Amino acid sequence: MSERELVIVGGGPAGMAAALSAYEHGVRDILLLERDQYLGGILNQCIHAGFGLNYFKESLTGPEYALRFARRITDIKGIDVSLKSFAVRLTPDKTLTYLKPGRVEKVKAKALIMATGCREKTREMVHIAGTRPAGIFSAGLAQKLINIEGLLPGKEAVILGSGDIGLIMARRFILEGARVKGVVEIREQSRGLTRNVVQCLDDFDIPLYLRHKISRVRGRDRVEAVDVARVDDRIEQVPGSEFTLECDTLLVSVGLIPENELIEMAGVPLDKKTNSPLSEGLNETSIPGLFVCGNAFKVYDLADSVSTDSLEAGRMAAVYLRQKGEGR
Amino acid sequence: MKAYDVIIIGAGVTGAAIARELSRYKLRIAVLEKEEEYAFGVSKSNSGIIHPGTQNSHCSLKGRLCVQGNRLVRKIARELGVDFKQTGELIVAFNGEETGRLRELKREAEMLGVPGLRILNKRRLVEKEPNLSPEAVAALYAPTAGIISPYRLVYDLCENALKNGVEIHTGCAVKAVGTAGGEFSVLTAKGEFRSRFLVNAAGLFADDVAAMCGINDFRITPRKGEEFILDKKLENISRHLLFPLPNKISKGVLVIKTADGNPMIGPTAQDAADKEDLGTSDAGLKEALDGARRLVPSIDEKDIIAYFAGLRPAAGDDFIIRREEKVPGLVTVAGIQSPGLTAAPAAALMVRGLLRDCGLVLKKKLFFRPRQSEIPHLFSLTFKAAERLVKKDPSYGDIVCRCEMVSAKEVRDAVKRGACTMDGIKFRTRAQAGRCHGSFCTARIMRILAQERKLPLTGVSKRGKGSELVKKDRADV
Amino acid sequence: MLKKFVCIECPQGCLLETEIENGRMVKVNGNKCPRGEDYARGEIENPARVLTSTIPAEGLRLKMVSVKTNRPIAKSRVLEAAAEVRKLKVKKPVRAGEVIAENFLGLGADLIATRDVLKGTP
Repeated sequence: MSERELVIVGGGPAGMAAALSAYEHGVRDILLLERDQYLGGILNQCIHAGFGLNYFKESLTGPEYALRFARRITDIKGIDVSLKSFAVRLTPDKTLTYLKPGRVEKVKAKALIMATGCREKTREMVHIAGTRPAGIFSAGLAQKLINIEGLLPGKEAVILGSGDIGLIMARRFILEGARVKGVVEIREQSRGLTRNVVQCLDDFDIPLYLRHKISRVRGRDRVEAVDVARVDDRIEQVPGSEFTLECDTLLVSVGLIPENELIEMAGVPLDKKTNSPLSEGLNETSIPGLFVCGNAFKVYDLADSVSTDSLEAGRMAAVYLRQKGEGR
Repeated sequence: MKAYDVIIIGAGVTGAAIARELSRYKLRIAVLEKEEEYAFGVSKSNSGIIHPGTQNSHCSLKGRLCVQGNRLVRKIARELGVDFKQTGELIVAFNGEETGRLRELKREAEMLGVPGLRILNKRRLVEKEPNLSPEAVAALYAPTAGIISPYRLVYDLCENALKNGVEIHTGCAVKAVGTAGGEFSVLTAKGEFRSRFLVNAAGLFADDVAAMCGINDFRITPRKGEEFILDKKLENISRHLLFPLPNKISKGVLVIKTADGNPMIGPTAQDAADKEDLGTSDAGLKEALDGARRLVPSIDEKDIIAYFAGLRPAAGDDFIIRREEKVPGLVTVAGIQSPGLTAAPAAALMVRGLLRDCGLVLKKKLFFRPRQSEIPHLFSLTFKAAERLVKKDPSYGDIVCRCEMVSAKEVRDAVKRGACTMDGIKFRTRAQAGRCHGSFCTARIMRILAQERKLPLTGVSKRGKGSELVKKDRADV
Repeated sequence: MLKKFVCIECPQGCLLETEIENGRMVKVNGNKCPRGEDYARGEIENPARVLTSTIPAEGLRLKMVSVKTNRPIAKSRVLEAAAEVRKLKVKKPVRAGEVIAENFLGLGADLIATRDVLKGTP
C-alpha cells in the first residue's frame, strides 16, 4: 500500500479542475485516477459545441474543453495521472483500492476528492410497460456509440425525456441521416436548456410532446413502435389519448444521478432522493478530508459550473492538508 | 443428417439436466434448442428458488420431484461449481385463520418428506426477520429452501454435458417430427436429425412438439409472471425467502433473494394469450409492489432497478412426465412450471428410467467427468484473491462493467464458453445487469463479443437474429 | 411582420419580440441585454449554426475523429453539409484545431478536428 497527499478519482472536467486547483494551492503529491484511456471523461463524447461560454468566454466542443485542462495536467510533474484505473473500494480512513490491467493497488490518501460524475437514470427507474427488445438505449450510451464507436443505433428514433442529452441526441441522429419521430416529455416544459430545444428540435422540426408518456414499448426482438399517451395533472394517463409512433429505437433521457457508490461504501450518508452526499457545505462529506465535486456532488446544467465548483474542491483539499500538516 | 440414440428438444433447465444425466452413459445425444443460447426460454425468467416442497399436494408428481430435487441439486451445484445458498423460507400468516392453514401446509409437506419444518410464533418471527410486517402473526419455517442462479445452473449443466460428449445445437427450432420406421426424424432450422429416442422438453412449445409427434392430449397455457429486481443495497432486507400463503392460482407475490445479491419481488400471475408475450405492465408493477409491501412494508418503488416478465408453461396442475404409449421411444416432459428448477435433477432421473423402460440400453461410461471448475467472479472475491487473479491474468484488472465489477477477462471467458449474444454475456457474468443497465459497458462488450466471435459490430445482437443492437457502422462507409 | 423568439444566449431565456421588414429586423423588445438584440438579428437576417460531427479514422488511435466547422454556417445548409461529412475519412494523425477540409463546401468555414488523434490502433 502506498500513501499520497491527495488522491482524485475521476479524470473528467471535475477531477481535472480539482487537480489543477489543488496544485495551484500548493499540493505537490497528487494522484489522479481515470478509468478510461484518456482524460476528459464524458466530455470526449460530447462533440457538440456550447461548452466554455462562461468559463473560457467562447464556445468549445466537449473534447476541446477537456483538452484545455488535460494539456495543463500532463505538463505538471506534481500530478500523476493513472489511466485505465478503476476504483473499486473505499474505506472510512480514505484507503482506496483500484484495479488496472495487471495490478490491484491500494492507496491511503490524506485527502481524497471524488470526481466520479453521474450516471443516467435508466428505463428501469421509470417503469415503461411493454416488451424489452433491442433498440432501447440511454441517450448517453447512444451518444457514445455514435461519437466514439461510430455505430448508428437506429434509423428512426423516439426520445423519452427532454433532458439535454436527449435533445442533443435528437439532432445527432438527424445529422447522421436518421429520423427522429418525436421527443416525449412527461413534464409541462422541457428539462433541457432553451438553446438545445431551439437548435436541436426546432431547427429540424422535431415534435416535442409535453405532458406525454410512453405507455407501451412494442416489438419482440427489436423496437417496432412505442405508444404515447397524454397525462393529466396527476401524471395519470388520459384514456383514449394514445397514439403510436413507429420507430426502431427508443432513447431514454430522463435525468442524471450522482455516482456515489464508493463513498456510500465508506459510510458517507447520501440523500435518498438525489444521491448527493448529505453535507453542510459545497463539496463536503461527513468524513473530514473526503471531498466530492462536480456532478457527483450535484448534477449541474453546465460543464462550466462543474469546473468552477471543482476548482473550489481542489482549494478546499489544499487547505485541509495544510491545516492537518500544521496540527501535527 | 446425423443419427443419435437420444435427441432432447429444449435446452432449458429440464433438457439440460436430462442431457447431463444421460451423458454418464455410452450414448450419442443431441440437444436441439430453438433460441441462440441455452436457458433463453422459460429458464431465463426463473426466480432461482430451490423450493423445499412445502406448497405441493403430497400426492403430486411435482411435490415428490421437488423434495427429491432439493436434495440432488446440492450435489450437482457442488460438482459444477454453481453457487447454491440455503436461505430457508418463511410462509407468513397474517391472522388466525391463516395460521391454521400453515398447520395444514406443514402436515401436507411432512407427508412429502420435507425436513425440518417448524411453525414460528410472532416473537421468533420478529427475531428472525426484523423487516417483516408487524401485521404478521406466525410463519411456517422451511430450512431447506435456497437460491441458485437459474441461468448459470443451465449453462453449467450444458457445458458439463458438452464436456461429456453431448452435442447441443442452438438456433435449431424444430419444424417437424417424423416417426416412421421405429426412428424419429427431426426436421429443424439446421437440417435433419435422427434418433431412436426422443425427449420433448420444449417448455412453452412442448404441446406443439407433441402435436408434431401425433400427441394431442395436452395444451400449454402460458401464465405470465412479472418480476421486479431491487437494488443490491437492499441485499439484507430479508434473511429468508418470504412467501404469503398461496392462493388458487399462484404462490402469491414473494420477497426473495437472488444468487447475485439483489432482492426480487414478484411474481405476478396472469394467463397470457401469446407464448412470446414478455411485456410488463403498470398493473403488474402495482400488484408486485402491493404484494411485497404486505410482507416488507419498507420496500419502495424507487428501489426497483430492473424488471422482466416470464411465462410459466402450465399444462394443468401437475407436471406431465411420461412415456407415450402411442409413440414408442417418445418421452414427454411438459407443464414444467414451478418448482421445475428444483425438480429438474429428479425429473432427469425419472426420464432416464422412462427411457430405459422404452428400451434404451444404459451402459455407464468408463470416464464420466462430473466436475466443472468454478468460474471466478471478481465481485465475490476478497482483496487477496482478486490480487492473485489479476497477477495471473492482467485482464482481470481491466474492468468492463463498473456496477457489477466484471473484467474483460470474465467477458472473454463467457464468450469462449459459448455466449454469443449480449444477454448471454449478461446472464453469465452480470455485466450490464447492474444499476446503470449497460449504459457504461455496452460499447466495450460489443467490441469484445465481435472480436471473439469474428462478427461485424452490426452483427452483435441482444438475444439472437433480429435483435441486433446497431444498424450501421460508420467505418464500413 | 412580428416574430417571437426565446433568446438562447444565456439561461435567462428572454422572450424577444421582433418586428421584421423585408428580411431585416427593425425592432426588438424583451431583451435584458444587448446580446439579445444580436441574437434576434442573427436568427432573422442570417441564421447560422456550427456543425459538429465525427469522421471515421483509419490507422489511428481512435475509431472516430470529432470535427466542427470553425465558424457558423448557413442554417439552411446544415443538413447538406452533415451528409457530406458522412462521406469523409481521416487517414493521417490530426491535432485538435487542424483543418480537415478548407472552406468546406464553399460555406466560408473550415472543417477542423476537435480532438488529438494519433497514429495507432483503437
